Amino acid sequence: MADENNTDEREEDENISPWQQIIDNPFLLLFIGVAMPTVFYTLWGVMEIASIPVAPY
Amino acid sequence: MAQFRQCPDTGLFFHKEAENLMKANAVAGVVCLLIGGILALLVVLTRWPAIHLLPADSFYMVLTAHGVCALIFWMIFFEMAILYFAGSTLLRSRLATPRWAWAGFVMMVIGAVMTLAAIFGGKSSVMMTSYVPMRAEPHFYLGLVIFAVGALIGCFVYLGTLVVAKNEKTYEGSVPLVTFGATVACIIAIFTIASGAEILIPTYLWSIGYISHIDPAMYRLIWWAMGHSSQQINVAAHVAVWYLIAGVIFGARPMSEKVSRAAYLLYIFFLQLASAHHLLTDPGLSVEWKLFNTSYAMYLAVLASMIHGLTVPGAIEVAQRKKGLTNGAFEWLRKAPWGNPVFSSMFISLVGFGFLGGISGVVMGTEQISIIIHNTIYVPGHFHATVVIGTTMAWMGLTYLLIPVLFRRKMIFPQAAKMQPYIFALGMSMVAVFHMAAGTLGVARRHWDMGFAGNPLGFEYPATAYLLMGIAGVGGVIGVIGGALFCIIAVGSLVFGEKLQKEAGLLQSFGVPLADSAYTNEKPARLPMAPAEAVEADHGESGFEAPGTFILAMVLLVSFVIYYFINWKYLSEVWGIS
Amino acid sequence: MTSLLPPAQKNWWAVPVGRQEIIWIAIALVWCLIMFFMMPLWHMYGNQNIPTEAYKVTPAKYQAKVNEMIEKYKVREETAMKIPVVAPPDGADVYLLARLWQWYPMLELKKDVTYRLHLNSIDWNHGFSLQPVNINIQVVPGYEMVLNITPNKAGEYTIVCNEYCGIMHHAMLGKIWVKE
Ligand code: HEM
Ligand SMILES: [Cu+2]
Ligand SMILES: [Cu+2]
Repeated sequence: MADENNTDEREEDENISPWQQIIDNPFLLLFIGVAMPTVFYTLWGVMEIASIPVAPY
Repeated sequence: MAQFRQCPDTGLFFHKEAENLMKANAVAGVVCLLIGGILALLVVLTRWPAIHLLPADSFYMVLTAHGVCALIFWMIFFEMAILYFAGSTLLRSRLATPRWAWAGFVMMVIGAVMTLAAIFGGKSSVMMTSYVPMRAEPHFYLGLVIFAVGALIGCFVYLGTLVVAKNEKTYEGSVPLVTFGATVACIIAIFTIASGAEILIPTYLWSIGYISHIDPAMYRLIWWAMGHSSQQINVAAHVAVWYLIAGVIFGARPMSEKVSRAAYLLYIFFLQLASAHHLLTDPGLSVEWKLFNTSYAMYLAVLASMIHGLTVPGAIEVAQRKKGLTNGAFEWLRKAPWGNPVFSSMFISLVGFGFLGGISGVVMGTEQISIIIHNTIYVPGHFHATVVIGTTMAWMGLTYLLIPVLFRRKMIFPQAAKMQPYIFALGMSMVAVFHMAAGTLGVARRHWDMGFAGNPLGFEYPATAYLLMGIAGVGGVIGVIGGALFCIIAVGSLVFGEKLQKEAGLLQSFGVPLADSAYTNEKPARLPMAPAEAVEADHGESGFEAPGTFILAMVLLVSFVIYYFINWKYLSEVWGIS
Repeated sequence: MTSLLPPAQKNWWAVPVGRQEIIWIAIALVWCLIMFFMMPLWHMYGNQNIPTEAYKVTPAKYQAKVNEMIEKYKVREETAMKIPVVAPPDGADVYLLARLWQWYPMLELKKDVTYRLHLNSIDWNHGFSLQPVNINIQVVPGYEMVLNITPNKAGEYTIVCNEYCGIMHHAMLGKIWVKE
């Protein structure tokens, strides 16, 4: 096993940009990647179709 | 104790269980491509008006099977192999829960066989889209559901592997870019499969009479949440394969980790919204919904693809210039290994996806332009450029790479393999371009007879349209020859290729574990970070690292702009609609 | 093989981006925005926009509406199947029905006159594909769509079906004549 330096790692963690923290977190990405299309494509689309009126005749 | 072996040529580590899963999935994928290719020949020879091979009922059956086999089965099996490669091999980690991964694989095989059996039974010629209320046999839907659940298990095994690798500290810093790309593909796959379950499970219940009605408009909405997102898995994954091959062949490093990963982040946010471009001429959806979704929220995912389009060849250019190929703008490209099918497949995939597939896709996904393109044969023209020239060729390049590395066999017919990417690309470009051209003349997709036999009203497409479909037919035959060559070389190498390692026997090519003597119980050394670069030296002209790539990118942009406005011009000439 | 290795810096986000990438991203972003704004602009200034007017409707009701229109405006019949041809007055509501495997009825329209064309299918999905102008609209059963159409050239037009609708899909045609 390669030698590791824990304090070193922790120190660097603190300067890491929030963007990198998002990108390095697959489960957060999973949440975003599922939530975005579910809300904007699927739910919004379902609401649009559901609200089509019945023909007036 | 996890067992590993190290490839003596590339230094890559293979976890025993992961290795066999990669082999099994890749082989299953190639078998599906082979079936899909045979069916493609029948389809394309029927759409070649002078030949018109099959009768109508078999045509629609074979077309359904071609779409399902090539687009769904070939793509997803191979993607599973890529996930296991990116998660286990690239991270030097053991695969999480290999038993589950095998269960997923078995389900995928069962599902695929079940759906194909339904199609070839003849009563499920509903096209892969299976729009309700047209009805297929229940096991058509059930097979797809089982296949999808199997794939979902694979996705979770991949995510689990990321966790294992992180906990066991098998790598330093952040995951490699290629693995990150695979993660993006995996995430898109999870949304895709969830949408598929949402629509196919109720449809299955409807087909056995358990549910009385499925709303046809809702069906289209949710089906495309799956149908198009699954193409976005392909995009995310084949971009990762481009980076992978650039890294292996040229030792290329990403021009900027930040730019490439941020581009992938845009995919996660926006790529999947574009499913809406299938519904642009559907009733009742508002303009706001259509504009926001079809444009990936202001084309931010297109931006991401344009970024990868610069950074992938740019990375290659920088690496080549470092090796001294610095003359002019394009020496780096001229002196690239064009005879190596790994590289040529990858580079054709990149260029073809950008110029043919990408541009046409964005244009036809424009809200109003869809009016002159929806459901014409332009659509198959477009997606054979994306999914065949783009994704399939990337997979082919990767397969050539993996034959020695993963399967430990020497490739047979090296001369034929040199030619194969060019033959395939020539044929498929012809299919793509001439189908698109015929589409602008109004020729319909999924259509057995452009002469409308059996209808007394009569209508003749212009003679040019027949000519274009004929040329596309010639291209299709060339493409099938190129595809057959690939299958022969790939499968042939696994069976007859010279063994690079004594343990790599026949069964071992298809997923049976190598003998224990091939492995050690020693854990691989931690994957180190890339060596830090001496301060970015200036390799290109005028402070540009990759001037040749920039010129190529500008050529792409100019073609894009011209083609985009040409289509608005065409649109402006048709009847007023409001 | 550096794209196969973790980034060279732990905190790679902080590494500055090269000039070339920044320029390209800026150009590409501008182009993306132009493409986006073309669509709303065409809604304001262009003549070809898919309207959002649509209704839920049952096959029986729609069929009745079509028959009512045929009764009022029928001018002749065509082919051995005696398919009615309808010549609606200027600006009228025109009801076109898609079914296996026919567009019903046929229409006779006038050039440069705007009609309210209703589209609906009473069985499966069909594809309204007007040739040779090449206008293509999805026809979804249960949903009636209303398009304000303005033919801009006289002649004989054919409606092809371009959504797969079963074994005789390739023989599903309809006609529209546009008169001066
Ligand atoms: C090997 C050479 C290939 C040829 C010559 C070929 C040719 C064709 C043709 C002629 C059509 C029918 C178009 C129509 O009538 O609507 C078609 C449809 C299609 N092809 Fe291929 N194809 C090939 C490979 C592939 C591959 C590798 C994929 C996927 C990765 C693929 C995916 C599809 C899909 C999804 C459809 C549409 C099916 C549908 O409309 O439901 N094809 N192809
Ligand atoms: Cu039809
Ligand atoms: Cu049809």
